[in-house]
Amino acid sequence: MELFRSGTKIPFTKYRKIAVVLSSTVNLLVLAFLLIKGPALGVDFAGGTMLQLKFFQKVAAPEIRQALETVQLGGSVIQDFGQEGSNEFLVRVETTAVEIGALGDRVKKALSDKFGADKFEIRRIEFVGPKVGEDLRWRGTLSVIAATVMMGVYIWVRFASAFGTRFGLQFGLGAVIALVHDVLVTVGALMLANYEFDLTVVAALLTIVGFSVNDTVVICDRIRENLRKIRRETLENIINTSINETLSRTILTTGTALLVLLALYLLGGAVIRPFAFALLVGFISGVYSTIFIASPIILLWGGTVRR
Amino acid sequence: MRKALLTRISIFAIATVVSWIYLIPSFVDPLPSWWGNIFPTEKIHLGLDLQGGTHLVLDVKVDKAIENNLERIKEDLITALREKAVSGVSVERDGMQIHVKVSAASAERTRGLLKSDFGNLVEAKPPQTTAGATDFSLTLSKEEMRALRDYAVDQSLETIRNRIDQFGVSEPIIQRQGLTGILIQLPGIQDPDRAKEIIGKTALLEFKLVDDSVNVEDAVKSRPPPGREVLFGHAGRGEGIGTEKQAYVVESKALMTGDYIQDARVRPAEQLHGASVELILNGRGAKLFEQITAANVKRRLAIVLDNRVYSAPVIQERIGGGRASITGNFDLKEARDLAIVLRAGALPAPVEVAEERTVGPSLGKDSIQQGINSFIVGGAFVVLFMIFYYKGAGAVAVAALIFNLLYMIAILAGFQAVLTLPGMAGIVLTVGMAVDANVLINERIREELRAGRAIRSAIEAGYQNALPAILDSNITTFLSGVILFQFGTGPIKGFAVTLCIGILTTVVTAVYLTRIYYDYRMSTRRLERISI
Repeated sequence: MELFRSGTKIPFTKYRKIAVVLSSTVNLLVLAFLLIKGPALGVDFAGGTMLQLKFFQKVAAPEIRQALETVQLGGSVIQDFGQEGSNEFLVRVETTAVEIGALGDRVKKALSDKFGADKFEIRRIEFVGPKVGEDLRWRGTLSVIAATVMMGVYIWVRFASAFGTRFGLQFGLGAVIALVHDVLVTVGALMLANYEFDLTVVAALLTIVGFSVNDTVVICDRIRENLRKIRRETLENIINTSINETLSRTILTTGTALLVLLALYLLGGAVIRPFAFALLVGFISGVYSTIFIASPIILLWGGTVRR
Repeated sequence: MRKALLTRISIFAIATVVSWIYLIPSFVDPLPSWWGNIFPTEKIHLGLDLQGGTHLVLDVKVDKAIENNLERIKEDLITALREKAVSGVSVERDGMQIHVKVSAASAERTRGLLKSDFGNLVEAKPPQTTAGATDFSLTLSKEEMRALRDYAVDQSLETIRNRIDQFGVSEPIIQRQGLTGILIQLPGIQDPDRAKEIIGKTALLEFKLVDDSVNVEDAVKSRPPPGREVLFGHAGRGEGIGTEKQAYVVESKALMTGDYIQDARVRPAEQLHGASVELILNGRGAKLFEQITAANVKRRLAIVLDNRVYSAPVIQERIGGGRASITGNFDLKEARDLAIVLRAGALPAPVEVAEERTVGPSLGKDSIQQGINSFIVGGAFVVLFMIFYYKGAGAVAVAALIFNLLYMIAILAGFQAVLTLPGMAGIVLTVGMAVDANVLINERIREELRAGRAIRSAIEAGYQNALPAILDSNITTFLSGVILFQFGTGPIKGFAVTLCIGILTTVVTAVYLTRIYYDYRMSTRRLERISI
């Protein structure tokens, strides 16, 4: 079976202007959104306390709030969590400096009074102090930036030997711009879908950076090979040929990854869902950005290629 | 050629057998009795998010330990200056500094004393003489402060380890994290709140004399007289917030601390009294306690724990034998916890929870189930797809994938890496990403075949030409995995670990293991058709 006939010739680079406009607009929108509104931060980054509650009977959020009001926690944010009808809730508690160990007791007491001691279960408690939250936020951002730059440097060094420093630098830059694009698109999608940003999201972003650069590497590798093999062609045509030749592989590889991610998204449970969602978006964006962004960038600065 | 092939087959065969040996303890229960004599028995370690438990990071308030130390030095200074009959003395502590004010006439003598007896103090700024008085601003040297901080964290860690041991948790992890942090992992714990209370209590026990000559209400409203302080009574656990608490005016200087405790035992509740904790003092403590009680008959002695007065009985007579008891509104559990912390000793400085993650056992079980479900479904998708798309070559890739998983999980078990929920996601993701290498190879072989090459050379060229791209793409993912490991905490580290191990096993199985199959086919007979 074949996904694309051999000899498929889609002139991808022709669409580069549309792609640049489209992607720039999307990226600027995400950036603006990030700066103006900012992402919703989970406890990992914002600090604070989060409880995951499971009830063994049907319970509505307002009832939980009523119960929590009796222990001065009425201001908590209560969200449905998990599948419909699973009666699981996430409660974000806004407290400052509760005595060590006291919060769980307080919540347990309030809920026992209202619903009965054996009608619920505190399944998870996460508390992150403000200092730790700030530290994690900073380190999370830094690690995504570091990874992106590192990918660029890797590609630069990797291809510099084959094409000379300048062209290697272009490959590297193309890859970095494509990665920034993927990260921004994923961040935007997460914000649109109302997911909170926490450590797992950073893990997802780093994975996207590491995975999405693969396509770029494979296509660059092919461009390098074709530059040697085909001598009487313009750079543009060579880039197009290379993208086309690797198209099946690009789609297949991302396809299998998307298949398992879909399984994770649907069956992996509510804790892992934002992670799977981010990877789904990021991987799709990765294919797009490699074809429509990274490769044209090589063209943009192209011209002086040492063959 | 044939010999080389045989060597390669044997290497993979050995790797496979070793992998099974490492995996069996995790899946066979109980192990046969002879197993442990020859083979490893360690199971795969599950992270707290999968088996349930509490992950805590405590921040030791080391500055408080330094302040306490300075406070003691201040007391010593006052005594020493008095002994040397220095005139016009006033000694105050202001944060990390001690200000000593003496008459200008005795400045020289003070300087001598500071040099000889208080060598660990350094001048924060040069002494100043104004209006017949000399001001010394003193502080601890940088090295001294660092040593004190270090000591405070180490000592806290030891104390906490002691308490956790007595509380009874199997396989706890207690270690330093960063400069002032202590990381604690308590797997499978049932009552995390209680554990936290035991771990976090400073448990500084002090005996202080109550000063009944001062009016308590005045002292609460304005400042208590010098050398005195106001302390409040202890509220029982269930009493909640805002209960009116009794106030006491006590002498600031503690007559004795909990350092002399040898043992602490719970006394169950008797008529009219709640449970109590009986303290047994060591030899020196008993002597000291006897002296104190003898010198202060008919006065009230406040038993103060973490700045809360538990009781303040009147000393009826000299108390020998080194026994004292703490009463309060305890229930039995509370008394037991108190006994634990008193036995284990006080923390040298207060601790604060910087981070806590607690997962109940039922959530962990659900997570494992969900992880397995998505693994099975995702894996089935990939297997079907590969066989459908590449037929025979797809089946080869799937076989490689199965070995890949075997090696991967065996390495997890063998190196005692911790499997977390994101780690399981990492395994699932590896299934999806591992076939990339085979896709690259197979696409390449197809191309070479299309270009008219013979099968044998097409396969060879396919592997050869696909290799750079395979290595590059796996190295980049590996690099981001390493960054993730550096950055991540607990569960996320687990993801980074499975991701990186998965990449290593992927390259080995997808490239070298599948190649064995084709080489074998080619070595036995002429390959005329391949299914790809």
